[in-house]
Amino acid sequence: MNPAPAVKTLAIDGIDVSASSDQTILDAARENGISIPTLCHLDGLTEVGACRMCLVELKGSTRLQPACVTLVEEGMEVTTRTPRLEKYRRMVLELLFAERNHVCSVCVANNMCELQDQAKAHGVTHVRFPYRSPELPVDVSHERFALDHNRCILCTRCVRVCNEIEGAHTWDLLGRGVNSLLISDLHQPWGESDTCTSCGKCVQVCPTGALFDKSKVGGKVRKNPDFLSYLNEMREGLR
Amino acid sequence: MSKTITIDPVTRIEGHAKITLQLDEQGEVSEAYFHVTQFRGFERICVGRPFYEMPYLMERICGICPVSHLLASAKACDALLAMKVPPSAGKLRRILNLAQLIQSHALSFFYLSSPDLLMGMDADPKERNLFGVMRKHPELGRGGIRLRQFGQQVIETLAGKRIHPAWVVPGGVNEPLTIEKRDKLLAQIPEVVAIAQKTLSWFKIEFETFREEIRTFANFPSLFMGLVTPDERAGYYEGKLRFTDSHGNIVADKLEAVNYPDYLGEAVEPFTFMKFPYYKPLGYPDGIYRVGPLARLNLVENCGTPLAQQEWVEFRALERGAVLSSFHYHYARLIEILFALEHIEEYLLDPIITKSHARYSASLNNLEGIGCCEAPRGTLIHHYRVDEQGLITWANLVIATGHNNLAMNRGLLQTARHFVRSEQLTEGMLNRVEAVIRAFDPCLSCSTHAYGQMPLQLRLISHQGKVLDEISRESFSGKHE
Repeated sequence: MNPAPAVKTLAIDGIDVSASSDQTILDAARENGISIPTLCHLDGLTEVGACRMCLVELKGSTRLQPACVTLVEEGMEVTTRTPRLEKYRRMVLELLFAERNHVCSVCVANNMCELQDQAKAHGVTHVRFPYRSPELPVDVSHERFALDHNRCILCTRCVRVCNEIEGAHTWDLLGRGVNSLLISDLHQPWGESDTCTSCGKCVQVCPTGALFDKSKVGGKVRKNPDFLSYLNEMREGLR
Repeated sequence: MSKTITIDPVTRIEGHAKITLQLDEQGEVSEAYFHVTQFRGFERICVGRPFYEMPYLMERICGICPVSHLLASAKACDALLAMKVPPSAGKLRRILNLAQLIQSHALSFFYLSSPDLLMGMDADPKERNLFGVMRKHPELGRGGIRLRQFGQQVIETLAGKRIHPAWVVPGGVNEPLTIEKRDKLLAQIPEVVAIAQKTLSWFKIEFETFREEIRTFANFPSLFMGLVTPDERAGYYEGKLRFTDSHGNIVADKLEAVNYPDYLGEAVEPFTFMKFPYYKPLGYPDGIYRVGPLARLNLVENCGTPLAQQEWVEFRALERGAVLSSFHYHYARLIEILFALEHIEEYLLDPIITKSHARYSASLNNLEGIGCCEAPRGTLIHHYRVDEQGLITWANLVIATGHNNLAMNRGLLQTARHFVRSEQLTEGMLNRVEAVIRAFDPCLSCSTHAYGQMPLQLRLISHQGKVLDEISRESFSGKHE
């Protein structure tokens, strides 16, 4: 049996907080009402530290650390909002917009998109980088759902929820870096996937319009990823 | 010596364009070209996208008439699904279309054209704008703003958003209309009807002073095309296409919009990005026809609502046969505003309008779909082909303004020949050449465009390419080129 986690004391944005040693800076901050922006993080899924939106400054270190995968330590002094962090967060968002074809005005997730929400919150009015405008397909082979690679930010929430919660592991990533592509099973059309249970969890956790329910297009229906914490609590006997 | 006059850009129209007038050795206008200088590419952009996204993608074509594109696109998608929409949704879509007609016509008439009508074609351009209208005739100006506001409010009440709403979906509409919202709209109708009537009375006296313009503003025989319902009224949302000639005789009737390639050809010219649709049986360019408010009132045998009917009778009495002067597009627009207001009231009073079931669902059943409706400027056709999964493989759009392309070019030549003399370029001459285009209310970019911000240039160029004369109109920034 693991020893009980120790209690650590640290300061986030000048506020003294305590957290258990197995908690991340993000957990500790949110528990204490301090918000740190995230995109790939979702309560109930393992962390991957992919999007770099949650970068924070630690006193005594010149490197920025992702709050979602950095565990709290005794005496830590964390800063979550500085001009430098804001600059990097805005840059992360601009690079995401430049990488694929995120055309908010005609996207199925317009006004219901976490990427768009973050862009608004961080004052992204323009993208300073040249758009790559890749030619990417839309997979509408599934009876109920569709995958639009143009809107995908490779946060892998879908990959994780399918693997960790549904246990199907239909989704995974192909390729590396900017050429990465979300694929189902052995890179076959979603509608031909043997493992997909059509549960729709991946659609609910997708932060953008990359995965969507065809019947809800134009329906102004927000996705609801909050079911995850509930499922986890049920599994752990907390409810 | 032959010369070329270029008017670039043309102001107080929707979009960007320039005009070139070619003068012969005697200084008479020999050719006139209306150039649409921008390229949009929507027919290509949509390839590879799922069909159910089309209404939202296509409505972005235009900021003035997004509703028209939304409806034509949704109807094309209904055809792909091979389905009808619930009766309440059909009526709600019709109201939305008429509201769009009101706001667009009000914009065209009051904001863009009334300065010419009120101040005169030769007035100082500093005064010849909406602000001048507000100073000289505040009641008229306010009425115009109110009418446009009402149209926009109906759209917002129904669809949740004034511009680019996402309310119309393949299979119906997203949300039914509540009784409270309906009553709120109904309560406003008497006031706006009174404004429309007052404007009409003013205009009917005013246009007498524009006899020369009426005679020369694209006033020629041509065919007219538009949707007509089975009960012989203009069909704004539904109906079959009819062609009539300049005598008012029916040339072709009950043409299904889905068969448009059988009777509409589409020609291309190197000087413009706008295509030239023509009536196939007469060939190109003889198959010239006009669409829009003037055409719609010329095509039908009755208007259908009591107040608009009276106006329509007076309008048709202007000429034996069809009303041919494109100057009367303005008049027709005002009558259509009145008609739309009365018609919206009729629909709102129908108890079916607040029924809660407003959307049917179906899956893809056809690989090709065509949707057609009347946009404020005329007949609008969206034509899509999809693969078996529903991804767009090909699209063709026939936009209302495009139908009028041949007529606008011919009208331009007629007006320029009458008013333009190379020896004496004047502001009024420039403005009339623009005003004939403005009468058609072309929506070139199908995008909103800041009013009067750009200077207008007219250049005289000799056949050796030398600039002989140049005049320009001040922009609002006060800069004089």
